[in-house]
Amino acid sequence: MTTTPQAVRRASPRTRRPATPAAPDPSAGLLPTTEPVRLLNPDGTPLPARDDYPEPPVDALREMYRRMAVGRRFDVQATALTKQGRLAVYPSSRGQEACQVGGVLALRDTDWVFPTYRESMALTSRGIDPVEVLTLLRGDWHCGYDPAATHTAPQCTPLATQCVHAAGLAYGESYQGRDTVALAFIGDGATSEGDFHEGVNFAAVFKAPVVYFVQNNKYAISVPLSRQTAAPSLAYKGVGYGVPSEQVDGNDPVAVLAVLTRAVEHARSGKGPFLVEAHTYRMEPHTNADDATRYRDAEEVEAWRDRDPIARLEAYLRSREALDDAAVAAIAEEAEAYAAALRDRMNAQPAVDPLSLFEHVYAEPTPQLVEQREQVRAELAAARDEQGDA
Amino acid sequence: MATMTMAKALNAALADALLDDERVVVFGEDVGQLGGVFRITDGLQARFGDKRCFDTPLAEAGIVGFAVGLAMSGLRPVVEMQFDAFAYPAFEQIASHVAKLRNRTRGALSVPIVIRVPYAGGIGGVEHHCDSSEAYYAHTPGLKVVTPATVEDAYSLLREAIDDPDPVVFMEPKKLYFSSAEAELPARTAPFGKAVVRRAGTDATLVAYGPAVPVALEAAEAAREEGWDLEVVDVRTIVPFDDATVTASVRRTGRCVVIQEAQGFAGVGAEIAARVQERCFHALHAPVLRVSGLDIPYPAPMLEHTHLPSVDRVLDTVARLQWDDQPDTKWVAA
Repeated sequence: MTTTPQAVRRASPRTRRPATPAAPDPSAGLLPTTEPVRLLNPDGTPLPARDDYPEPPVDALREMYRRMAVGRRFDVQATALTKQGRLAVYPSSRGQEACQVGGVLALRDTDWVFPTYRESMALTSRGIDPVEVLTLLRGDWHCGYDPAATHTAPQCTPLATQCVHAAGLAYGESYQGRDTVALAFIGDGATSEGDFHEGVNFAAVFKAPVVYFVQNNKYAISVPLSRQTAAPSLAYKGVGYGVPSEQVDGNDPVAVLAVLTRAVEHARSGKGPFLVEAHTYRMEPHTNADDATRYRDAEEVEAWRDRDPIARLEAYLRSREALDDAAVAAIAEEAEAYAAALRDRMNAQPAVDPLSLFEHVYAEPTPQLVEQREQVRAELAAARDEQGDA
Repeated sequence: MATMTMAKALNAALADALLDDERVVVFGEDVGQLGGVFRITDGLQARFGDKRCFDTPLAEAGIVGFAVGLAMSGLRPVVEMQFDAFAYPAFEQIASHVAKLRNRTRGALSVPIVIRVPYAGGIGGVEHHCDSSEAYYAHTPGLKVVTPATVEDAYSLLREAIDDPDPVVFMEPKKLYFSSAEAELPARTAPFGKAVVRRAGTDATLVAYGPAVPVALEAAEAAREEGWDLEVVDVRTIVPFDDATVTASVRRTGRCVVIQEAQGFAGVGAEIAARVQERCFHALHAPVLRVSGLDIPYPAPMLEHTHLPSVDRVLDTVARLQWDDQPDTKWVAA
């Protein structure tokens, strides 16, 4: 049987069915605003206040300024220590101070942070001993601080794998009746990894109180964002998992803290995870071992210098009369003292013990590890004897 | 005493662990209402509720990574990888985090997770359902790797794995799930790190684990007709490995064949053969030989019997143990 064109037209829903009222958009409330949230202009002048992201209290902003200033000085010092050979490698977060500090300032001390290798500044800003933070990069052990005591997971080097840990930790905490929030730092490149997607999805399905905080600093070592995603923004990656998301100007400290505060509240109130993309820029190369001139030009870097987050917040706080020359000088002095103390402590050669290599592989070493430990012990004794003879 | 299957013993171990320790949670793909594709978690969700036994999104890296976070919060996760080869997406989480977190943090963190892996073949499974993946885990410091071959061991080793302060990859031989034996639960057999002599003998030692243990026992029975009295050692815990029991047996018998279902090259059997040779050289009357799967991707079901170590292949190998003090003809140039 053949169908006549008339029959096709008659069956067409466009012409025959009555118009149905539009269903509510199920993505409403999930998609980010089309422009990154911004509360300060790059020169520090304020933009109109917003109901959705109220400005944080000025005391919090002053504390944020202090931590950013000290954090930058720490970052500069760590870079210098690398040039002196005291650190094997150092991934700088210079330029990302608003994100580094905002990410931890929005949390309680009992909340958990899941950092990557670039979050050294965030961790020192959280109050963790900088020498312990730099243990990984100095190379005397892997993780130098106590994650359980500091509620801070080891800095994660395999990309995005911490996204799933954060989901599990946050779910486990709520499972046991605690209102802990987990915040997972992640970079733009790592949003391409499967574990980012699995982490966000698990957190969403189990309504785990996690904030996924993407610092989009535009490069994964050398590879630009355009090779990571065709999405309009990395914050669009939440909607497919049913996770509300937002994008923020990552060099606007006021906006970063405002957005993260809301994200943390969302998570803590039992509504599940929240995804934030911060648009920022890595002013330094990927690490000291990287040559950034091979993939980006000086004009691009210079343009971002004009959007410096510390100068921006300082200008704003001065305009609010929450900061004056004396306060700025005092903070600078504190930062210098912090760096000097770090330098002194890092100049001491750390003690390492080869026998400790066997201590923590298992709770109790296996017979094979005991054997190997005794072998190393004998080798060390023999080497000492030889030195004694010489 | 009651007759029960290994599957039932594993199920009972999970149930008893859930009962005894409120920190224990069981999760994975299809483990909730369905009770797992092999029914190892059968009835657990109905009995303990869907917070203690639950299904997850279908993502193995997610399952294991989620377990890491749960363990960091103080829980005792027991996760199921549905099949051996489907655990590969989780390998990064296992090798880079599960295995290393204790060491990375000098003991500040530990992740006492049990990763249950139904493994190995002999059940006519299609591709990706029959891998023997134990060597990948055994090669990764920080993991314990355990594989039961008896019903009571299945119960006891799983209970011990869940109580263990370290992560355990618990490898369940699929073809033994529905093997049954007299068992009295709650059984507590030899602890981790202890191999067990399943059959005493005087002429040669067969060292086996998991699905190869019944093959070794059958071969030892058949060898009696050939006049050989074979000892069978069940390794049970690949990590930690019991050098003492294996070494003592081989020193008694003077001959050794290591049997594994996995492909042989760079496998657990190669490690065992090397360890025996290092420790027993002067007691050996013949080189340590291996019977393993072939060095091929796991074959299609209609071809798997060519691949799997068989009683005949074991006996042919035992025959090469230089009983007449002549060199092994296999390696002598024609």
